[in-house]
Amino acid sequence: MGDNPSRSTDATAGGSGVTGRHARPAGTGVSPSSYQEPPIGGGGAPLQRKARFSMETGFRGLSVSAGAMVLVIIVAIAVFLISKAVPALQANTANFFTDTKWFPNDAQPNFGIAAIAFGTVLSSVIALIVAVPIALGIALFLSHYAPKRLATPLGFVIDLLAAVPSVVFGLWGRDVFSQPVKDFSVWLNHYFGWIPLFGGDGPFGRSILLGSLVLAIMVLPIVTSLSREVFQQTPGMNEEAALALGATKWEMIRTAVIPYGKPGVIAAVMLGLGRALGETIALALTLGTVFTISFNLIQTGGNSIAANIANTFGEANAIGRGALIASGLVLFAITLVVNMAARAIIYRRREFRDSAA
Amino acid sequence: MAKRIEASNVTSYYGSFKAIDSISMTVEPKTITALIGPSGCGKSTFLRSINRMHEVLPGARIEGRLTIDEQNIYDPDVDVTAVRRLIGMVFQRPNPFPTMSIYENVVAGLKLNGVKKKSVLDDAAEQSLKSANLWEEVKDRLGRPGAGLSGGQQQRLCIARTIAVEPQVVLMDEPCSALDPISTLAIEDLMFKLKDRFTIIIVTHNMQQAARVSDKTGFFSIDKTGEPGRLIEYDDTQKIFSNPSQKKTEDYITGRFG
Amino acid sequence: MSMMTRSDLAGVAMTPDNIRTKKLPLGVSLLVAVVAFGLAAAIVYGAGIGNWVLVVVLGWILYLVGLFLAASRVEGSRAARNRSWQSLIYSACVLAILPLASVVWTLVSKGVERFDANFFNTSMNNIGARDANGGAYHAIIGTLEQVGIATLIAVPLGVLGAIYLVEYGRGKFANTVRFFVDVMTGVPSIVAGLFILSFWVLIVSPWFNNGQPRFSGFAAALALSVLMLPTIVRSTEEMLRLVPGPLREGAYALGVPQWKTILKIVIPTALPGIVTGVMLAVARAAGETAPVLLVAGGADAINFNPFDGNQSSLALFVYQQAGDASKYAPARAWTAALTLVALVLILTIAAKMLARRNSLTR
Repeated sequence: MGDNPSRSTDATAGGSGVTGRHARPAGTGVSPSSYQEPPIGGGGAPLQRKARFSMETGFRGLSVSAGAMVLVIIVAIAVFLISKAVPALQANTANFFTDTKWFPNDAQPNFGIAAIAFGTVLSSVIALIVAVPIALGIALFLSHYAPKRLATPLGFVIDLLAAVPSVVFGLWGRDVFSQPVKDFSVWLNHYFGWIPLFGGDGPFGRSILLGSLVLAIMVLPIVTSLSREVFQQTPGMNEEAALALGATKWEMIRTAVIPYGKPGVIAAVMLGLGRALGETIALALTLGTVFTISFNLIQTGGNSIAANIANTFGEANAIGRGALIASGLVLFAITLVVNMAARAIIYRRREFRDSAA
Repeated sequence: MAKRIEASNVTSYYGSFKAIDSISMTVEPKTITALIGPSGCGKSTFLRSINRMHEVLPGARIEGRLTIDEQNIYDPDVDVTAVRRLIGMVFQRPNPFPTMSIYENVVAGLKLNGVKKKSVLDDAAEQSLKSANLWEEVKDRLGRPGAGLSGGQQQRLCIARTIAVEPQVVLMDEPCSALDPISTLAIEDLMFKLKDRFTIIIVTHNMQQAARVSDKTGFFSIDKTGEPGRLIEYDDTQKIFSNPSQKKTEDYITGRFG
Repeated sequence: MSMMTRSDLAGVAMTPDNIRTKKLPLGVSLLVAVVAFGLAAAIVYGAGIGNWVLVVVLGWILYLVGLFLAASRVEGSRAARNRSWQSLIYSACVLAILPLASVVWTLVSKGVERFDANFFNTSMNNIGARDANGGAYHAIIGTLEQVGIATLIAVPLGVLGAIYLVEYGRGKFANTVRFFVDVMTGVPSIVAGLFILSFWVLIVSPWFNNGQPRFSGFAAALALSVLMLPTIVRSTEEMLRLVPGPLREGAYALGVPQWKTILKIVIPTALPGIVTGVMLAVARAAGETAPVLLVAGGADAINFNPFDGNQSSLALFVYQQAGDASKYAPARAWTAALTLVALVLILTIAAKMLARRNSLTR
């Protein structure tokens, strides 16, 4: 077909690409707005009519269906999870959304997602509260403070850490980190026990605090590497403008870098949140697995949707499996919303940046 | 409030690369000095070393003395931020802060200096925008993003932002090279107006511009690529463009080289 | 002049006549540090409210506060704030390095304990709670087979999907696909596991197994491929975009059809980058535990057949040994974790090295 290779401009414009394992703004070439070229196949090539069914059509169809596969999978996840969740939900004698108990394997199955959903959100939020300031500090260090000699290898190490399997962090949290956290919990309880967050009579240790801190360590590399990229993209001329006004380094960061990077940082934090919400094994190894709603951070306890699936899957019967699938469906919905919001922010920012450039 | 600038034997390096070699010149208060010369001759480097902006690049260092009213700005106990407040800078491409409104852009420097009072900021914004010949065009939309203005307006916005902190010297690094002729003219008019209050040093590629706006002109050149830039001739603009004393200057001005 | 009166009114010296400044001498910083930590030790031990950890934490806080106050007096508040933020940013780095160093140290020190030939030659078959030996041979087999099959599924699909996005995709549908590829990278691995559980294990596999649902390594591979797919699409897409346009135009000008141009020119040019992306995706998939737990079931014995019967994987082995009551289990868990991390890091580092040598990305 007389197809014009219309993406040549993209190729030269999108030259900022560096490989990395996370999806990220990849130069102007990825911008959806740069795709408003005329549809292919329209440019008349009257010289020679081609057979309707050629290699070209075949290959094209193959690649289109591969692209569509992504949408198919997302829809299929929802469809199959629903199909297996419904029988369990019908057999459930308790309210799925408000109940805290989890007895799906009983003769009278009764289970509700309230406690584990609460634990999921609580542990993720605490993890982010701990991790985000530190991650932003490291990101700023890498992008604006560290000399290049140090920033490049350190950035590399951060990327490596993002690749370490979660089961390793979980094992570490359980075998090593739980002891200091326990000591810290006892100390907190002794001096700050009057605050409900740190109250209780023990035992302490495998608590929301431990789980959240392990999660924080896991989320840290992701938030760091995404924010670092955003900070590095700050136009040099804006930084110079701030410096030329007599700003100190920190004031320059406040005036030029942070406002520019804000949407990207928000997106990075939300992607980190998505990761924390879905984290399974690290929490299955560190939380105390109880089915109550409590803001107490230090007493043994805590649970999450994903950890509950990993912990109770082994002894689940058919209804039990369905119940776990139903809880997974809720997790899927939550993470889908969080991720879509994060991506929408990134996309809007990219369009904004491209149009400004 | 404008001040005299005196450079003596200023030599600048980027790492091991020598960018300019022992530049000496004196710039009188309330004048416009133009620096001209071929690309890569070090005139921008010299300009940036006047307010220590060249230090932004890693590995940059300098030798020699650069004084503003007898104070060497490269003395070890000098506060870089104070130097830059004293010697403002306008860049080649208009660079308003993209996340800020027109108003916020103008008062950004004042806010950094701890001015918080709304009335003072309002007043300063109006005065600076008037001085930058931009007030009439933007007074109804001060809250709109600065990046939404045209290129020429953006550059005048940047000038307003620079003069809002009341520097004594304003450095301009090819301020019109990204602008159309009409916007260029507007900036040149503005320079004449600002000359009453500030010492202005401008780097330009445009020789007509240098001839039109400046009182004195310095011609920079390099022998060949990789060599450091030198100040070939520095004199009254009139003399440089009518009767230069150096053959190289004449060649450049008449278009025989560069 | 009006501007001067404004300054005078505001009482703010905008243009300092004195550009000199006093810098906080290093000695003062040291003094502040000594006082801060001394004070912290006195408070903590005097009141008996904690141990050395609290001294360090409290001392550090006191030091930062003291430094800010001292710098404010000497250098002015702007410089002091600049200094404090810099200290905080450096502190964040130190704070983050501590746990990560602990992870690495534990991994190595506990991991070498069982890092022997027996561990890599035997399975957990017939290993009781009192047996000190036992190994991860079956788990390594499982990881290799599952990840291998997942790669075979995800790579062609992912590369074709990326080709669609870069070479053919236009308009709303392509934008939707692109958006959901990004969203899909955030699907939790446990959800992918549940998806394959409900789709493959519970619905499809009974057809081949007399109506009984059946765990298998292949099901795990399917789940892993769901996780790998978006990563591969994304990295391949970026690589294809870096292929210079003139290269394509050259082929078109010679009358080469588009599909042939893509296969013979675009893909080979982008190949090193695509391989890098695939290796990173493989590294991530190899570390996943939850999907394998849900659909491969885990096993103690060696099972070479990924299509029939339970399988384990290294990550799952770590998880199961971590939950095992035997006193020998932790050593096995840590050695398996060390093996897993080594595998993942070697893949990741190799991928990054490849990326660094890639002419397109440089």
